[in-house]
Amino acid sequence: MAYRIHVNGVARSVEAPADMPVLWVLRDLMDLTGTKFGCGVAQCGACTVLLDGEPIRSCVTPIGSVGAGKITTIEAIDKNPVGAKVQAAWLDIDVVQCGYCQSGQVLAATALLTANKHPTDADIDEAMSGNICRCGTYPRIRAAIHKAAGS
Amino acid sequence: MVATTSPSRRTFLTASLAAGGGLLVGFQVLPKPARAAAAASTAFSPNAFVRIGADGKVTVVLPKTEMGQGVYTAIPMMLAEELEVDLATVTIEIPPGEPGRFGKLGQETGGSTSVRETWEPVRNAGAAARMMLIAAAAQKWGVAVESCSAQAGQVVHGTSGRKAAYGTLVAAAALLPVPAKPQLKDAATYRLIGKPTRRLDASAKVNGSAVYGIDVKMPGLKIATLAASPVPGGKLRAVNEAAALAVPGVRQVVRLPDAVAVVADHTWAAKQGLAAADPQWDDGANANLNQAGIVAELLAASQREGAEAGKQGDVETAMRGAARKVEAVYEQPYLAHATMEPTNCTVHVRADSCEVWLGSQVPDTAKGAAAKAAGLPPEKVTIHNFLMGGGFGRRLEVDMVERAIAIGKSVNGPVKVIWSREEDIQHDLFRPYYVDRIAAGLDPAGQPVAWTHRIAGSSIMARLYPKYYKGVDADAVESAVTTPYRLPNNLVQFVRQESPVTTSWWRGVGPLRSVFVVESFIDELAAAAKADPVAYRLGLAQDDRAKAVLSLAAEKAGWAQPPKPGRSRGVSLLHAWDTYMAQVMEIEIDPDGLPVVRRVTVALDCGQVINPDGVRAQVEGGVIFGISGALHGEITFANGRVEQSNFHDYRVLRMSEAPQIETHIIQSTAAPGGMGEPPTAGAGPALANAVFAATGVRVRKLPIAKALKVKA
Repeated sequence: MAYRIHVNGVARSVEAPADMPVLWVLRDLMDLTGTKFGCGVAQCGACTVLLDGEPIRSCVTPIGSVGAGKITTIEAIDKNPVGAKVQAAWLDIDVVQCGYCQSGQVLAATALLTANKHPTDADIDEAMSGNICRCGTYPRIRAAIHKAAGS
Repeated sequence: MVATTSPSRRTFLTASLAAGGGLLVGFQVLPKPARAAAAASTAFSPNAFVRIGADGKVTVVLPKTEMGQGVYTAIPMMLAEELEVDLATVTIEIPPGEPGRFGKLGQETGGSTSVRETWEPVRNAGAAARMMLIAAAAQKWGVAVESCSAQAGQVVHGTSGRKAAYGTLVAAAALLPVPAKPQLKDAATYRLIGKPTRRLDASAKVNGSAVYGIDVKMPGLKIATLAASPVPGGKLRAVNEAAALAVPGVRQVVRLPDAVAVVADHTWAAKQGLAAADPQWDDGANANLNQAGIVAELLAASQREGAEAGKQGDVETAMRGAARKVEAVYEQPYLAHATMEPTNCTVHVRADSCEVWLGSQVPDTAKGAAAKAAGLPPEKVTIHNFLMGGGFGRRLEVDMVERAIAIGKSVNGPVKVIWSREEDIQHDLFRPYYVDRIAAGLDPAGQPVAWTHRIAGSSIMARLYPKYYKGVDADAVESAVTTPYRLPNNLVQFVRQESPVTTSWWRGVGPLRSVFVVESFIDELAAAAKADPVAYRLGLAQDDRAKAVLSLAAEKAGWAQPPKPGRSRGVSLLHAWDTYMAQVMEIEIDPDGLPVVRRVTVALDCGQVINPDGVRAQVEGGVIFGISGALHGEITFANGRVEQSNFHDYRVLRMSEAPQIETHIIQSTAAPGGMGEPPTAGAGPALANAVFAATGVRVRKLPIAKALKVKA
């Protein structure tokens, strides 16, 4: 199937089977490798991207379901003012360790702060518990979200 | 040119002109035991290099790789400190696997060794280069060396104020002799070492540009995914190749004796193709391998006399004379690593050569394994090493290289082999299942007068280094033979008991297991003596640094005051990897009866701290990793198969379960200790001891969540 999808502000044509998850369309067909494969079953959040501003698990989202929706990945999140704030807070708090899950964390945090400008710790637990970090950067992710909220 | 050295004035440094006109200083990074051997040898060949380019850029080439632990910030800090350059001018180059170059050290990143092994040689190399650059400037200007100094990548002449950038001096400096004794800076004058410093690799990791092994791209690249026999030792019986090939995008099905791979244009096609291939297996001799059987064998092994790992005094007499005896058996399960980046390896096998792309903790071992698997001499193999999306010991193994080469031999062109999360977990090399049988004889005051500790489990050392294995797994008994405590009359034994399950290193390695047992058991002894767990440990600790971290953790955690209603505390103390650490864990019991960790107070003395913020990050991450393992972590076998498959049934901590963690660092100028593993090793026992304080249940069989559910 040929699809015309909107990724990071650009409309692109891609040939893919309808059931192919957005994750593999991005990584294997569009060379956008900032979005990561972690579990394949929406358990870890490493593959999180934004679809019309909402966080989705791209590993279980078929390309055929995207339609005219606008996808934003880590590669373009700096164009989003909230995303840029999140990235700046991530650097300021020095969140990352191995870094592999952080694309998904940054996008999930951007979605949270877009919907909720001043999240409580409980809001952060609710929004971020789908994103696993094996290096255990959770305390810093929490601090960075609060920091981005205050900036 | 190579400086001449004599055995009496050894520099362990060489200098030469680098390609492109820079100054190249060579030095050696060696594990501790190898240092004495190297000192006795007259042959010196550097295995690490500092290159200062004509553009002033500084590159350090080291046998250490970054997997999140922050060494690509800490090591440049040490170098920039002595070389007197801005940190931003230093980059680390990941060397390809070169077994010859790194000699006995191997090119290995594990065991919390990176800072410990590079602390002296990297600073020496930086100081030597600085002195040579100063000498080159003094020579150029015709002034005394003493009248010049180095700062921010320049040599400055004191009286005239003349300045020369390093880049303009490197060619002349490369021709000068290497200083026999590099003058290291006084710790009091450090401007970088010991100061909180942000990671150098952070930007690329928050904008998606960091490249991990799984991100490798090249023209003509195919993607493969695989299924290996679910039962250890099983064989591939049948594959529906036609069905796999019918999936659009599937190019090839590769059959191996114990696995099948589907090669396709993209990952989705490979995955769909593998499902269509519906592989059938001959389970073989291990078809009935079950958890209960594995554990029964280990429990039986723990009843046998083992090989002596450590002995002091007369244990039998002391035990007989004890006022009372306390005994316990501890069990710790198989654990998977579950790195966020699933196992993967990209290869291009040609008739006469082979290239491999992956993130590895052991690129030189990877090279040897690739050469053997491809049937090529090692010099025909090129390893391209990448950032790792987590290591934790998983990437100390090279099974993924062997597997990818076996597949790649049948593929015309480059192929990236990606393990699904399920394959990654079920075909991991697990932390061994261990049974520890431990006993203490107490005097009337409750103090230990005799101590026996027997460890039964598989030996990773025997598998990886059979030549050096003499009946005791030196890793497994570490922190059991040497504890922070005064234990007169003690005996530690190791009993090797293998099963068909292959085991390997897991963050915290041997001390992870030993510290859990010793710190849980010391808590049992404190309870038997009706003593406060902190006071009991302080009375037994024999080292001032151990006492200091324990006292500090207790003070900062408010140990002297009772916790808030509904909360309970547990403590642990360890000395391992040249680091001392105490943890106080404060928990609540949730309505399901399971512990939720709210606050962790950590005090540590790891000698000279390079980057305090890096130390804090390792504490936070290591503690959370340790809680995940102790609370939830367990791999089990049924009918030969691993029962867990993904994060829903191999649980790791999530944001909502992550505690507040405070780190208190004791200032020290002692040689640096390791920081990658101590926080993980100390977390489990602190949690189990808090559970005991909260519930009265002594968890002797991990994971804690399962133990409490079984009790309930």
